[in-house]
Amino acid sequence: MTTTLARPPQRTEPRRRPSTGRWRGTAVAWLFLAPALILFLYFKFIPMFEGLRMSFFKVQPFLGDEWVGLDNYRTIMSDDAFVSAVWHSVLLAVGTTVGSLVLGLALALLIEGPARYLWFVRTAAFLPVVTTMAAVAEVWRIMYHPGDTGLINSILGWVAIDPQPFLASEDTSLWSIMGMSIWRGTPYDMMIFLAGLVGIDRTLYEAAAVDGASTWSRLRHITLPALRPVFWILFTLAAIRGLRVFVEVYVLTNGGPNGSSEVLMTLIYKLGFQRSELGIAAAGGIVLFVATLVLTVAVQLMRRRQAA
Amino acid sequence: MRFDSALGLESKRGPLATTGKILVYSVMVLVFTGPLVGLLVSAFSKTLDPTSFSLWPDEFTLENFTQAADKNVYLYLFNSFVVVGFGLALQMVVSVFAAYSLARKKFRGMTFVLLIMLATMMLPEEIIAIPLSLVLADLPLIHANLIDTYAGMILPVGAWGFSILVMTEFMKEVPVELEEAARIDGAGELRTFFTIILPLCKPALGAIGVFGFTMIWDQYLLPLIVANESSHWTLPIALRSLRSDEEVGIGILLAASLLALLPSVIAFLAFQRQFMRGLTSGAVKG
Repeated sequence: MTTTLARPPQRTEPRRRPSTGRWRGTAVAWLFLAPALILFLYFKFIPMFEGLRMSFFKVQPFLGDEWVGLDNYRTIMSDDAFVSAVWHSVLLAVGTTVGSLVLGLALALLIEGPARYLWFVRTAAFLPVVTTMAAVAEVWRIMYHPGDTGLINSILGWVAIDPQPFLASEDTSLWSIMGMSIWRGTPYDMMIFLAGLVGIDRTLYEAAAVDGASTWSRLRHITLPALRPVFWILFTLAAIRGLRVFVEVYVLTNGGPNGSSEVLMTLIYKLGFQRSELGIAAAGGIVLFVATLVLTVAVQLMRRRQAA
Repeated sequence: MRFDSALGLESKRGPLATTGKILVYSVMVLVFTGPLVGLLVSAFSKTLDPTSFSLWPDEFTLENFTQAADKNVYLYLFNSFVVVGFGLALQMVVSVFAAYSLARKKFRGMTFVLLIMLATMMLPEEIIAIPLSLVLADLPLIHANLIDTYAGMILPVGAWGFSILVMTEFMKEVPVELEEAARIDGAGELRTFFTIILPLCKPALGAIGVFGFTMIWDQYLLPLIVANESSHWTLPIALRSLRSDEEVGIGILLAASLLALLPSVIAFLAFQRQFMRGLTSGAVKG
């Protein structure tokens, strides 16, 4: 609210209440917030602090926990499986992000235009985003069947490419998962880009046309600079989501073959629920959290520098 | 000369340009919907081959769906609906209440609460999966065990920062004069809330409803942690155990996958406008 000088002084601001009312207002405000805060406390913050605590202990249900200091962190940092899982996560996150961004932008440029004609194309293309990951992953697992009867291999067969092993080989498993993630991520990025394209000033294009600028320089000097904020939004979202990939990998390969597609989260899950190394798994979770935080802050800092 | 798109494609007319455009659109639609159409077709086809999956109907049959019953697929579907039904109801009530405070009240500690909301959105649930499983097994202070209960899958999705923030943004738009008028007429806090604020927020309710539905339906790690017994499995986590069947091949898996996909697709198609609006506003606000 802004009070202008023109306003008569005796009128109070609309949101102001008498003091007793304001105290009551505060109580009411906290009361309305209570359900959300209690649920957050129980299922977000207590687990978070519990995880931090556990990461410094050798956690043994029924025997009592034993303080081990930074041992859990040392264990995971020196563990080859953990280090390679970090690399796989980073590779998957970067590959998926870049792939989805580039494809999403290209498609957005192609189908920009009056929505009347294109609503069907947009709706159809957007479907992968809203579909249940677990079910989609099962479908892709079947499509990726390594033999020459697999769907994707049949399609490759039409253009005379030999059947690929996809998920069944150490060399291609991670790339195959990335393929599915890009398929699911591209339409989302496309929609955000489309929303950004709508906001570009048409007169700029008009001026470019008058100057006889080529399509490439239109893109380079008008469209891409205007989309810069959108890029940063998508990068930030990718940073928050990227490293925590779990369901795709768990369903498609469960980290195999031979650990070639093991990511951070599948490894943490195995440590925690299959090998009962709860302390080490918790430490892994904290490392994942710190990495996510660092990545997000880094993206924001780059954004600031760009803007400056 | 047209200037209404970045590529200026609209300016190009003629049979060649049109054909090119139609070709691009067709490829796009095929690539993004192909796997889903293939699933739809294959789920109703008679198939014994664990690798066959095609876009061409084989021989129409409902066999996969009848045999799915023997594998408890409909029990898992029922569990999914219980979780999404109660979970979404809880989530929407919690979001609307919290948004009312954040949007319509001024109180001490508001910034702190907003920070908390943002923190929860920055904190992926994957990170807290392991400690969450221990917390669920023995809730602090209450000492209840939520493992293998519906409550264990419902309560954690009850509060969702995204939903609260979308609702808050929307509620800020309601003119303060309406609220003032209601108060002058002697309406109490609850009555103002239910008769003035809530009816004006109907469009936003659709948006958080469809987003919440998709989010809860897509939950994987949470039911995986909570449901040890298969009797509490939701459909998405049950899929993995249905992979291949000696007698029916992948038929049951395909039928179950289709059942797992359909609800979120239907929800999206029914509330498309709200979904798209929420998507762009939610994404822009982080």
